[in-house]
Amino acid sequence: MHVRADQRFPIQIELNGRQREGLAEPRMQLCDFLRHELGTTGVHVGCEHGVCGACTVLVDGVASRSCLMLAVQAHERRIDTVESLSRDNIMNDLQQAFSRHHALQCGFCTAGILMSCVEFLERVPSPDENQVRDMLSGHLCRCTGYTGMVRAVLEVAQQRQETLVENNNDV
Amino acid sequence: MKPAVFDYVRAANKREALQQLTEHGEQARIIAGGQSLMAVLNMRLAQPKVLIDINQASDLHYLKVENNCLKVGAAVRQVELLDRTSLVDEVPLLAQAMPWIGHFQTRNRGTVCGSVAHADPSAEIPLCLVTLGGTVVLESLKGKRREVPAAEFFQGVLTTEKRPDEMVVEVQFPLREADVIYRFYEVAMRHGDFALVALAACIRQGEVDLGVGGVADRPTLRRLPLGAELKDSLNTLAWSLGAQDDVHASAPYRRQLVRELGQQLIEDNDHARAS
Repeated sequence: MHVRADQRFPIQIELNGRQREGLAEPRMQLCDFLRHELGTTGVHVGCEHGVCGACTVLVDGVASRSCLMLAVQAHERRIDTVESLSRDNIMNDLQQAFSRHHALQCGFCTAGILMSCVEFLERVPSPDENQVRDMLSGHLCRCTGYTGMVRAVLEVAQQRQETLVENNNDV
Repeated sequence: MKPAVFDYVRAANKREALQQLTEHGEQARIIAGGQSLMAVLNMRLAQPKVLIDINQASDLHYLKVENNCLKVGAAVRQVELLDRTSLVDEVPLLAQAMPWIGHFQTRNRGTVCGSVAHADPSAEIPLCLVTLGGTVVLESLKGKRREVPAAEFFQGVLTTEKRPDEMVVEVQFPLREADVIYRFYEVAMRHGDFALVALAACIRQGEVDLGVGGVADRPTLRRLPLGAELKDSLNTLAWSLGAQDDVHASAPYRRQLVRELGQQLIEDNDHARAS
């Protein structure tokens, strides 16, 4: 596969469970492609060199900086953004916990943090506070001081574990 | 900022990547995880004409133990090493250093060989490679396969022994030696930031191989005596690294970190081990 610098390449991705297609020059970052071509403006673009974490999305289920990836590299891959979390305008448990614990103020960093949390809680279903803080160290939030986020993530982890146990008991 | 324009080539295998490198030479750059290179491209500090993507090159994606080495192919991501449960027995120094590298979101994509090829003086993987006496394997289409000792590969800030038509295809970490204690520690402004000082130690009977990152223009390895002379030799080492003032730390502070952390790490202070 060879894409010339001035060529707009048709990129196919599975975005939040739907097949989507858009055009991108080789130099277009994945974050800009998701925002401007496909309209998922929940992806926030902050520092554009991988430090702030605002643009974090899931690439094939794995949390990654979408500013450090080209749109052409995402061709034929699965991408999930913050828009994938809510169903029928109802926020998921993680989003509700963030709201409950005041884990956001301006909200710019929140979309990226939520996506990191999604993968993190799959990899580490029962984290301790240190593990949560280590995960959050990949994100910059200038409003909250992170305390609310830590509480929210720990609470969701515990709730999900309890639900898991209840479901197992039912069987 | 946005990158300048470039052609994008997705290489299906190593040979295709090397062909592109032969054709475009200095105009081309290899991209794997992109966790260093993309930032450099975004800031337009590098403006290659061709970007060669090796993420789909399956023949560069291998992780194997062979000839007393852990061999890591160019497409292997850092997270794969971190998730390798046997790493702590194979290359314990690397197992200790891995959690210090960036954040889990960047380790998910960043590659081991990419960190070596980028040659940031404060990076953890190059430091471990130099401290353990590892090897960088370079290949080009025309030339021979070269196996370069890590200490010779790193030549300065973002500068290496690699020629324009060559690529880093593999790095080799020597497996753990019996009776050697391995320790790693670093100080950064925030966990996951660039290290102000990173230290890697292989402690033997009566002597220690101490690697220092983040101070000189490349990872630096010295053999120091243990015991009463250690303190003096750490001071000599600290002064020999040519520490510079920058926005993050002063040169005297960096020297102090080398002296104090070096001693704590080597003499098994609890604080240094709590990584």
